[in-house]
Amino acid sequence: MKDDDHIIVVENLVKKFGSFVANDNLNFFVKRGEIFGFLGANGAGKTTAIKILSGLSKPSSGKANVAGFDVGRQSEKVKRNIGYMSQRFSLYDDLTVKENFRFYGGIYGLSAKAIKQKTAHLLQKLDMLDYKDMLLSKIPLGWKQKLAFSVAVMHDPAVVFLDEPTGGVDPITRRQFWELIYDKASEGTTIFVTTHYMDEAEYCERVSIMSEGRIEALDTPSNLKKKYRVNTMDEVFVRIARSDT
Amino acid sequence: MWPFIKKEFFHIFRDFRSMLILFGMPVAQVLLFGFAITTDIKDVSIAILDNSKDNVSREISNKLVSSGYFILNSNLSSNNEIEAAFKRGDIKEVVVFENDFAQKLQREGVANIQLIIDASEPNTANMINAYTSGIINSYSLELMKKQGKIPISIITEPKMLYNSGLRSVFMFVPGVITILLMLVSAMMTSISITREKEVGTMEAILVSPLKPIQIILGKVAPYVLLSFINLIVILLLSAFVFDMPIRGSIVLLLVESILFIVMALALGILISSVSKSQQQAMLLSMFALLLPTILLSGFIFPIENMPYALQLVSHVMPSKWFIIIVKNIMLKGVGIGYFWKETLILLAMTVFFILMSVKKFKTRLE
Repeated sequence: MKDDDHIIVVENLVKKFGSFVANDNLNFFVKRGEIFGFLGANGAGKTTAIKILSGLSKPSSGKANVAGFDVGRQSEKVKRNIGYMSQRFSLYDDLTVKENFRFYGGIYGLSAKAIKQKTAHLLQKLDMLDYKDMLLSKIPLGWKQKLAFSVAVMHDPAVVFLDEPTGGVDPITRRQFWELIYDKASEGTTIFVTTHYMDEAEYCERVSIMSEGRIEALDTPSNLKKKYRVNTMDEVFVRIARSDT
Repeated sequence: MWPFIKKEFFHIFRDFRSMLILFGMPVAQVLLFGFAITTDIKDVSIAILDNSKDNVSREISNKLVSSGYFILNSNLSSNNEIEAAFKRGDIKEVVVFENDFAQKLQREGVANIQLIIDASEPNTANMINAYTSGIINSYSLELMKKQGKIPISIITEPKMLYNSGLRSVFMFVPGVITILLMLVSAMMTSISITREKEVGTMEAILVSPLKPIQIILGKVAPYVLLSFINLIVILLLSAFVFDMPIRGSIVLLLVESILFIVMALALGILISSVSKSQQQAMLLSMFALLLPTILLSGFIFPIENMPYALQLVSHVMPSKWFIIIVKNIMLKGVGIGYFWKETLILLAMTVFFILMSVKKFKTRLE
């Protein structure tokens, strides 16, 4: 029963590269439909953890379960049930908006009809129907990122991994981006997001903060602020990052 | 996998540079090698200094000029003009007949013709010498027959097999086919895979449920097709523009070519898995594939004349074996029985590179 509302369960997860320990005994879970912030300084081991959770790399030891499947042994099934978007967003500049949708819909095995419906629906939400035949290289960065998100959730995944999705984007577009995230989460999709913007951390329901391969803190933003007796997540982050050095 | 292949075609057709390499290159290369880089001689400008001006010297002059290899640029009237004529740079050879040429020939049986040749290009000079001497010799033979004398010297009469006109196109076309298939298959795939790594789309594809083998196949399938079209274009060009024959089985030629294409694609994937950027992939394909293909495959420089160490190196060049196969089919017109060994070597290399590239591709995911 527990697995039903815990869409991601990580137990004693360790990832080593030679003698370097990138993930040192991680233990956490993410609830279904939750917006989970996964924070940490550069090099803290976030990307390694995301790669393991999305089935791209195998854990050295320990266990991770995503959407009910073991990432080590059932990575195919894990991949089928997740969406992924990175800062180096995943769209093709030399394809049109529509063609990008068609391609990603295609590799996730959606039917031509489903792709058409989804594309129309998602573009309408973004108010970008008129741009569907435009080459992606002609579209401004902020819009591209919103498109990349729409493409990542096109196959209705149970979990979406967002790896610094708002890098290099202006505050207004970032806000609009988070509206998209909320919208998707309200449909029951779990959002697993990393970011360097601490105002965005405030938008998350719970956040974990990683440092040197370990999770140093994990709670709701308001609890974390109370615990460290500060007013912003920014200060929480600095406290934790500084306590290591 | 189908959407993958379709998208790959969009990439190629929308990129001007890819299109240029894919379809401009083969045409340009075949024409270049066929017309410009030729070792045949044709229409060489010569001057004649005829100190005798009798019927024999005139007849020889006519033979030279009407042969198609030489064009008479000017008639000189004294030895002093020879150097000036060369310095002007518009002639390659001066043919000098000595005084009383016909008389001496009649009386003493020996008369001299001096050939002065511009040897700043040694190869061309050799050719000019050979062609001129050939024409003069055949004339003197004729003359002897006419006069009823039997030549006492033994004359070699070379007969060139498979390429009786000694046309250099015949030598270049198999090489050009090899280079282009290598270039298009290996370089283009390795660049297009590293481009996806560079912009980050590779990550997105890897987290999708596609299996590695599907990704690789989707990536290379368009290039198999395009390389194949390229091959057809080259064959048509060489057949219709240069009268290059295909004496053996076309089907066999195409099958062997596909084997070579697959081998080159596997190499391309291998290159892409060790290089981090498009530039690196391009340089690697250039220096690790293209240059050895040109230099060590026997395409331009005969392998038998290389130092022993380099001959050994040439054995690991897949292109060497492929060129042998292509020449066998196109020029000798023989069947698989004569080059099954080469085919087997090529096949072994293909399997080896495919295994290597799939393994490399997988370990990158770990």
